[in-house]
Amino acid sequence: MHNKNDNVRSEIIRRSGVNPVKCMRCGKCTATCPAFDTMEYHPHQFVYMVESGDIEPLMNSNSLYQCLTCFACVDRCPRGVEPAKLVEAVRLEVIRKQGANHMKPDSIPAMVEEDLPQQAIVSALRKYHK
Amino acid sequence: MKVAYFPGCTLKTKAKELDRYARKCAEILDVSLEEVEDWQCCGGVFTTSRDEVATKLSSVRALSAAKKNNNVLVTVCSACHNVIKQTNYAMQNDAEFAQRVNNYLGKGEEYDGTTEILHYLELLRDKVGYDNVAKKVINSLAGKKVAAYYGCLLLRPNSVMHTDDPENPTIMEDLIRALGAEPVIYSERNECCGGYITLENPEFSALRSHKVTESAYNSGADLIVTACPLCKYNLEKNGSPIPVVYFTELMAEAFGVKEDANA
Repeated sequence: MHNKNDNVRSEIIRRSGVNPVKCMRCGKCTATCPAFDTMEYHPHQFVYMVESGDIEPLMNSNSLYQCLTCFACVDRCPRGVEPAKLVEAVRLEVIRKQGANHMKPDSIPAMVEEDLPQQAIVSALRKYHK
Repeated sequence: MKVAYFPGCTLKTKAKELDRYARKCAEILDVSLEEVEDWQCCGGVFTTSRDEVATKLSSVRALSAAKKNNNVLVTVCSACHNVIKQTNYAMQNDAEFAQRVNNYLGKGEEYDGTTEILHYLELLRDKVGYDNVAKKVINSLAGKKVAAYYGCLLLRPNSVMHTDDPENPTIMEDLIRALGAEPVIYSERNECCGGYITLENPEFSALRSHKVTESAYNSGADLIVTACPLCKYNLEKNGSPIPVVYFTELMAEAFGVKEDANA
């Protein structure tokens, strides 16, 4: 169990290119996150939970699908930690598994309304579907 | 001046005004936008993981195609620009990633990362010059108070985008001034509209969009301009008290080529 977790942790760190040890726990990423209120785990929690290898709760949380990819946390972190990249790396750990897509093309038509730009659909599928 | 041009999926469908007036205004400014042949959708958002290769190939193909047009690729949609620019940065700075991408391209067609990718606003500021933009104004927008809405993708991540100061940008305000109008500075101009979350959680994007439009309205703006079709959709759908138009429409109005005068 411990080994499996270590592998997931190092894979997430490798894939994201993020070094969570640089974090000094100031919380600025979470304070600036526009999706803060909809998240169970906030950006700063992603950083320290990945650092400590406590990744399972993140993988099971809907927080993975609340990130807007606005890069506010990336730009405003005083230590250059780039939390959004960790959120994405954990999400990929989940949705790359067979049958684990968060959004499927079949579910799109019901969400589409007349003026919705194509950009919204391709962006959501790129983030939620593998 | 001849440059390659990547319109993107939404500019061919829901955001035709962004595309049409970008082309018309470019003609007036003696810039020839050469549409990339057989371009493919950029995917809308950049996937930050280093091992995501296939999702970035369409951007690399577009970058590579710019070789035919002075190695400059121009985009006008904020999202396309963000994805293609971040992909170019990865090609320049991550040798392992670049190798994996080039394995997909034909022999002799490897891409070396040398294309300059410019947003249309950067083209105006850095290549054409706002002085020259101002000279083409025949219908001054004097008296109009315009709020530039940057959102996220034009500016961030700044370490890659380098569009402008990410917290105090002026690239759109300077254009607004060149067109004769008065820019309005407001606190939410570089915060997110909610983006693609509008599909799954429209209430949340409504909350975000209200913050933006209220902030612009309360700062005295009569109009919001943006470069992003999804921002425009979110702001309008969620009841902006003032009109939201593309910056290219505002420019077309000032240049006297806007078909419908009610910008």
